[in-house]
Parts: sequence; C-alpha cells; structure tokens
Amino acid sequence: MSTLEHHGTYQPTTGLGKWMDARLPLPRLMYDSFVAYPVPRNLNYAYTFGGMLSIMLVLQILTGVVLAMHYNGSTVGAFTSVEHIMRDVNNGWLLRYMHANGASFFFAAVFLHIFRGMYYGSYKEPRELLWILGCIIFLLMMATAFMGYVLPWGQMSFWGATVITGFFTAFPVVGEPIQQLLLGGFAVDNPTLNRFFSLHYLLPFMIAGVVVLHVWALHVTGQTNPTGVEIKSKTDTVPFTPFATIKDAFALIVFFLFFAYFVFYMPNFLGHADNYIEANPLVTPSHIVPEWYFLPFYAILRAITFDIGPLTSKLLGVLAMFGSIAVLFVMPWLDTSKVRSAVYRPWYKVFFWLFVVNAIFLGWLGAKPAEGVYTFLAQLSTLYYFGFFIVILPLLGLIETPRRVPNSITEAVLAKSSKRSGGAAQDAAASTDNKA
Amino acid sequence: MSDTTTTENEELPTRRDFIYVATGMLGVIGAASVAWPFIDQMRPDAAVLAAGQPIDVNLEAVEPGQAITVTWRGKPYFVRRLTEDEIASASELGEGDMKEFAPIETRLGGEEVKDWVIVSANCTHLGCVPKVIDTKPEGWNCPCHGSVFDMTGRILRGPAATNLPLPPYVFTSATNLVIGTDQA
Repeated sequence: MSTLEHHGTYQPTTGLGKWMDARLPLPRLMYDSFVAYPVPRNLNYAYTFGGMLSIMLVLQILTGVVLAMHYNGSTVGAFTSVEHIMRDVNNGWLLRYMHANGASFFFAAVFLHIFRGMYYGSYKEPRELLWILGCIIFLLMMATAFMGYVLPWGQMSFWGATVITGFFTAFPVVGEPIQQLLLGGFAVDNPTLNRFFSLHYLLPFMIAGVVVLHVWALHVTGQTNPTGVEIKSKTDTVPFTPFATIKDAFALIVFFLFFAYFVFYMPNFLGHADNYIEANPLVTPSHIVPEWYFLPFYAILRAITFDIGPLTSKLLGVLAMFGSIAVLFVMPWLDTSKVRSAVYRPWYKVFFWLFVVNAIFLGWLGAKPAEGVYTFLAQLSTLYYFGFFIVILPLLGLIETPRRVPNSITEAVLAKSSKRSGGAAQDAAASTDNKA
Repeated sequence: MSDTTTTENEELPTRRDFIYVATGMLGVIGAASVAWPFIDQMRPDAAVLAAGQPIDVNLEAVEPGQAITVTWRGKPYFVRRLTEDEIASASELGEGDMKEFAPIETRLGGEEVKDWVIVSANCTHLGCVPKVIDTKPEGWNCPCHGSVFDMTGRILRGPAATNLPLPPYVFTSATNLVIGTDQA
C-alpha cells in the first residue's frame, strides 16, 4: 500500500552487503519488514502476541525435533520411551516439559491474539484474508496439538483419540469409513499412532508456511491500532525498530517468566494424571477431559443433548463444535459496523467482554461432568456464543451509535497526552492538524 | 489481414487447442491415479484385517450377574450373563423408555442361551467403554458423556442415539462362544 511510508531505505555499506543485495536481497527484505517498517505510534501491549506466537512456534519446533530423536512411535514403545526421555535422556525432562507447557502457552497467546483482533476490529476490510489466514493457523494448531497429545500413549491420549475420531461417526453413511481411514483400523492402535506422529511432525511446518502468508498480508495492509483509524501520514507511525522490537522483546521476556515458572515449578499443572497411565483399550478413565485449550469447544459439543427432526444429538453436537470455529471465518462479513475499534463502540464493548467471560465460562463447564445443571448452563452459554456472531454482530452495527472517531492516529495520541498534561500539548495538537 | 479470417481462426479449434485439452485431461487423470495410493494406504491394512479373525470365548467361569470383556478386531466387547431378575427388569421396559426400541428377544443370545448378552463395549456416542452397573433396569453407564444403557445394551438416555451394536456371534456349545462370525 502506497500510504505506508517506510522510515528509511536499506543502504548496504560493506562489500559483502552490496554483493548480496545485487544477487539475493534478503537483508533488504528483512530491513524493510522489521527495521524501517512503519508501525502505528499508538500500539499498546495487546499488539504484542503476534511476535510472541512466532517465537513459540520456533520453540515448539526446536524442542519437538529434539524429542523426536528419543521417541519411539509404536504402541509397544511409545509410553516407555516418554518415560525414558523423562528419566534417562540428558535434560530430557526439561525439553519435554518445555514442549508440553509450550503448547499450552502457545494457545494462551493465540487466544489473547484472537481476542485482540475481535476487540479492535482487526478482521474488518481490508484485512479479511489476514484474519482468515489466522483462522487457518488456529485450526492447524488444534490438529497439531491433538495429535501431539496422542503420542505419549497414556490413557488420556488413547481415549482422547478415540473420542475425537469418534466425531466422524456422527456423519451418516460416510462417517464410519472416514473414521477407519483416519485410524487405519477399527480402533485406535499402532497404525493410528504412527500416522499421528508423522502428521504431528509435518503440520508445524505447514503452520510456519501459513504464518509467512499471514505476515505478508499484514505488511501489505499495515497493522491496525487501538483507534482503528488507518495510517494516513508518516507522523502516525514510528519505525518497527527500535519501537516495536523493544516492546515485543520486553513482553516476550515477561511471558517467558511465566512460562519458566510453569516449566520449573508446576510442569504437570496443566496436564492430567491419567496420562501417566499407559493406554488401555479395555478401561476408560472415569472422567475424560481434553487439554484446557479445547475445553470451551468440548463444552459446546456436549451441550447439544436434543435431536432436531432427523438430526441426532450426536451429529448436532459435532456440527455445533465445528461450527463454533467455522463461524470465526465469516466474522468479517457478520459485523456490519462501519467503526472498526471497540473503543468507539459503547455497546459492542459490553457484548465483547460478555463474550470473553462466556468463553471462559464454557471452558470451566467443559471440565465439569456432563449432567444436571451443567448441561443446561452449557446450553445457555453455547446460545450466547453463537448469538454473539450470528445475531449481535450484524444487528449491532445497524443500531449502535458510535462515539466520534478521531481523524487520525496522531490526533488521538495528542488529544490523550494533552488530557494528561493539561493544556500544554494542545498547541502541538493544533499545529499538527494544520500540517495534515 | 482481414477481420473475417482472424475470427474464423479464433473460433475453429486448432491443433494447439486440441493438445492443450488432451494434455490437461491426461494430466488430471494422472494426478488422480497418483493421489489414490496416497489415500488408499491409510485404510486398514492386511495385517489389521487379518487380526479380525473370529475368536473363541470360554464361558465356563462366568456366573449369572457377571460380565467379562473380550477383544475382537482390537475393540472390546461385553459378554454378560444376566440373572432372572435382570432379564425380568429388561423385559418390563417398553418403547417409551428408550431412544431406540428393540424387542428384548433380539438382544439376547437365543432360545437355549437367553441369559447371555453380547454387545460392543464402545459407547455409540463417541466410543468410550461404559461401566457395568447393576441398578436395574440400568446395565451400563458411560463415564464420558453420561449415556445410560439397559441390561441388554439398549440406549435409555444420554447423548448416544443408538443401542450398543451386536457383533456377529454364534454359540458352538453351551459354554463356548465364537465372536466374529454367525456361522457355526
């Protein structure tokens, strides 16, 4: 986009730099993307999870590749090889705990990243494709995490795999053949474990590929910002380095402090004790629960306990669960509001925070047994989840009166700082307005 | 260069058009043929299918009121011997008590061996192994999502929509059961 005026141009100074630039201008691409690239001057810490996620992806791939050197992908050896990693392999416990907790922190960051996008309207024109690429990454992450959880071949691994591949039997006629195609047999067994290991190794690299597209699309449209107003002039932006770089680095270190606390002091807090029991096809654990990051979707699956016409509760539950993710893809077209950021949408703000609370509540319900009042609450919660997207988003844009949106990012920033320091900055605001 | 000739030339298929279409079609057929083995290899392989041979189950040690779990094709199956009371409680259930009605005779072993119930041990909801319970007329409940089955594996309530399926089986004698075929 022509409005994105860069802060400076790459000038190779060394002989090697000039030689490279004439042949493969990779340093130039890096300079343009991560040094001189203009970012809005008003970005807050909600805009830091993207960078964090790319670092987490690298960390997961690194620890994963190393763990695969010691892992045995067969039903006979899988469980013992994980214990072998924990006890015998040098620092194996650390690498495995980093990998297992890394998955959780990866999801924590991606949820915050998605909520950020929803709050500041990052999905709206012209960033629909950017948003959809993000949704694809999220789907790939879920598939990767699910298959990774099967690999230790514990009780939760086995029964989680049985339940999740069982989703496909909900579809009439084609369901059972599809399930057998996924499992490579009639039940979860050695062929299943082998192919899950293969795909678990493959998918992160596909995620990395989609991340490249995601960042490319981001750098074409430019980042959104808390005001939701597009970049209009160079005064609206600051160079990526040092401003965004140092901000992201600081947030990353804080994030790693939490991560390290989990890895070193409570590495199994987010896991399930049942997964330290070897898989047994004859005994189901008394309470099957997925990993915490799947709980809201699991609650939606179990909320549907009623049939509608010829559609069974089982099929409807599976459709609702898939639908809860599919609806994210069409979010850019469900929101009819002209105003991008929730900062200027008084009602959307309320419904958004309700959505967040509701999502957390669904997660809590997902961990409870599926009976009695929990089922009813899950049904209410599921109703709000879909109601938010299908009813509230389209209607609210038509009836809500938004607050006045500033003319530019610079105006918003200066208005804020003048409020803080009294009238002193007002002159500055006026003079910038004249310039614009 | 007259306009008419050009239009005529554009409308008539040329040898190059023919080669485009022919190459494209052969390419699609070729790609599909190559894709097939990649998909086909995921289906249950010969070793998995061979492991699906019928199995013999010795019933001598099973008393009325007991249930054992056996494995066929890598999946668990319940073999349960009912008491007179349990059969009676299951017989009292009517069409309104369950989500998928099946007459009790169709669920039991047969004339000579009607105290036996042989059903899949994977819940028809999402495949967990239900727990054997004895709160008549309830015979199984699933710990995962709360489906409840009667003494003969018929679905009473919960998210599962269908009864526990019956595998093909045959009694070769009063104390020997074969699961995996209904041919004696």
